[in-house]
Amino acid sequence: MDNYVITAEKLDLFYNSFQALYDIDIEIPSNRITALIGPSGCGKSTFLKTLNRMNDLVTGCRITGSVKYNGREIYAENDVSLLRKNIGMVFQKPNPFPMSIFDNIAYGPRVHGVTVKNELKNMVEKGLRDVALWDEVKDRLNKSALSLSGGQQQRLCIARVLAVEPDVILLDEPTSALDPVSTSRIEDLLDKLKKDYTIIIVTHNMQQAARISDNTAFFLNGRIEEYNQTEKIFLRPENRTTEEYISGRFG
Amino acid sequence: MTREKYDNQLEKLNNSLLKMTIMVEESVKKAVFALKNQDKAVAEEVIADDIRINRLETDITEECSIILATEQPVAGDLRHIISIMKIITDLERAGDHSVHIAKNVIKLANEPYIKPLIDLPVMGETAVVIMRRGIEAFLNRDADAAYEAALLDKKIDNIHLQVVRELIFIMISDNKKIDQALSLMFVSRFLERLGDHAKNICEWSIYSVKGEKIDL
Repeated sequence: MDNYVITAEKLDLFYNSFQALYDIDIEIPSNRITALIGPSGCGKSTFLKTLNRMNDLVTGCRITGSVKYNGREIYAENDVSLLRKNIGMVFQKPNPFPMSIFDNIAYGPRVHGVTVKNELKNMVEKGLRDVALWDEVKDRLNKSALSLSGGQQQRLCIARVLAVEPDVILLDEPTSALDPVSTSRIEDLLDKLKKDYTIIIVTHNMQQAARISDNTAFFLNGRIEEYNQTEKIFLRPENRTTEEYISGRFG
Repeated sequence: MTREKYDNQLEKLNNSLLKMTIMVEESVKKAVFALKNQDKAVAEEVIADDIRINRLETDITEECSIILATEQPVAGDLRHIISIMKIITDLERAGDHSVHIAKNVIKLANEPYIKPLIDLPVMGETAVVIMRRGIEAFLNRDADAAYEAALLDKKIDNIHLQVVRELIFIMISDNKKIDQALSLMFVSRFLERLGDHAKNICEWSIYSVKGEKIDL
């Protein structure tokens, strides 16, 4: 029996008078990878940003309906910083802070009150080991994170999210700027991480969704057209538009 | 609609499948004709033609592999290609059974039959009907038609049992007829297998449309 860590019910989202999400109903199981796919502008990234309230920063953004994290309304939370600690996010373009590799990872724990040096050191090492970056950077932790390759930077950003011990990791096209080798490193990493985390990934790469996710939601025009186990979506989709989209015959 | 090149590749694959089906149908028809008429020359044609069938199977497998590698088909397209790869194996085996029958025809060409061959040709003709309807159902994506065609295999199975019983009776009655009776029994068995391969084609047609593999 799956435990659902995120649930949305009748969720509508507006940017001023423009409605970006319609009647979203979805249950996202814990310790699984859920892929959100769909054409550009279909609402998948908007939905992702709703989950840790990144949309708060957009003026005119209004939400109705329910979206819950562990049974609690996300939009009723007072401590958004705590929410974002629990629901971390990795973006399309690697965005390390312009500081050392060590400080990038230590940043989050410091913000959340960890000051003991040894504790920080252990957290940094654990984070870098979790993303299989430790062996590559252990001798240059004090070097700027910007000196890393794109793939390494993206793994560093994942490590930075992991360092604050989140529950859910949101990824918005995390490998679209990476080469195939770095992409498969990240994919392998996500597969390992799902043992401890719930992962939600927006991807334009159909094969990536098929390869790594357990469940897939197909978004179209702000609605979820189909949400099912990934193997069903890619072998026997129920909906014709889903089939057309994943077969590349859309539009 | 997008993916024009891909759709053309799929269309070409369907045409290759149709071509292979026609070749195998011809092979079965010729084997049955040779059997009925004790025509050694036609039987030899069946054996010679099999090389072309086998080559086409290899070519279609290659076409499918290229599409799988380069286009990464999913959903209905993926099921379609998986089904083609399975169907051509059944067609190739059906071609082999025609060859086995042809070899028996050559073996028996110079001796009168111990019984009139009425039922054996019916088995072959029925298998051809199932095969043709199965492929048409596949190309038209008509699971119901495939299902109905598959049911005809029961007729072939029943005739086979009846022929076997008859041949056993002949063997018991006259031991000089054992050798030919055994050959005819093999022929009946090959025809029964032909029916099974034709039925498999129908099952893969159903899988391709519905995504469910059922054993009819």
